[in-house]
Amino acid sequence: MEILLNGKRRPISGSLDLAAFIARHRNSPAPVVAELNGEIIQNERWDRTVLKDGDALELISFVGGG
Amino acid sequence: MLGTGKFRNKTELTASIKASGTEIVTVALRRIDIERHEDNILEYIPEGITLLTNTSGARNAREAVRIARLARESGCGNWVKIEVINDSKYLLPDNAETVKATEILAAEGFIVLPYISPDLYTARALVEAGAAAVMPLGSLIGSNQGLKSKEFIRILVDEIDGVPVIVDAGIGAPSQAAEAMEMGVDAVLANTAVATAGDPAGIALAFSLAIRAGRLAYLSRLPAGHSQAAASSPLTGFLFEP
Repeated sequence: MEILLNGKRRPISGSLDLAAFIARHRNSPAPVVAELNGEIIQNERWDRTVLKDGDALELISFVGGG
Repeated sequence: MLGTGKFRNKTELTASIKASGTEIVTVALRRIDIERHEDNILEYIPEGITLLTNTSGARNAREAVRIARLARESGCGNWVKIEVINDSKYLLPDNAETVKATEILAAEGFIVLPYISPDLYTARALVEAGAAAVMPLGSLIGSNQGLKSKEFIRILVDEIDGVPVIVDAGIGAPSQAAEAMEMGVDAVLANTAVATAGDPAGIALAFSLAIRAGRLAYLSRLPAGHSQAAASSPLTGFLFEP
């Protein structure tokens, strides 16, 4: 299976839910916001959202800025 | 208000926020880089500070709206600085797209602070659209050129009622912030001048003092300037015959 993560193609194993994916890949304790196929997915729904082949996932967080 | 970009390290960021006495700081949103560990910038912002997420990266209203909604989803508040820029040389804001984004986001309950080129029609449209402030640029972002648009900011100070006028961008020195406050501007937002200074916390404190001085001067009603001299000592009773 393959998804687009932050614009880049990425192979993933099947039946992975968003919560598990984010836990595995998050790179800091900062709040992460997830947008799947253009729709914002609230935290509470992460463990019930299963990633499918071809999904476009954006994982976004805060950085410094003016 | 203080921007959090461009600091050499996060310790300087925290020290600058504290030294400045600011209650509002800006942050941005970006895709996470899963290949490397990143700091959590929020850990370096003291508790109780209001986060103002900017929509940097947005090239049009639609993208700004998307970023704002993502920011709100993070649970870190609903204050948003609308920054719509599609020119990388001057980083000038697109006033028209900023108005469109403001209309949408204000209707969704965001506290909207739009960053604009100082234009009276745009400012009026923003107030009409529900903006919580208007934020005209002093000069180009990061240029430290000060109040190049001073007279156009003055027009906004004189004509825009009901929302604060906040100078954002190009403020390069505390004296420039004082100058803005003396004119009746309600607040300033600075980032580069503090973050890239030799001693950011020192400059942040200087800004704080300058802004207070400028505000007090404005409230105390500065006397007008004149093109001719007006003596300060009496013109009678001189010791020497003319």
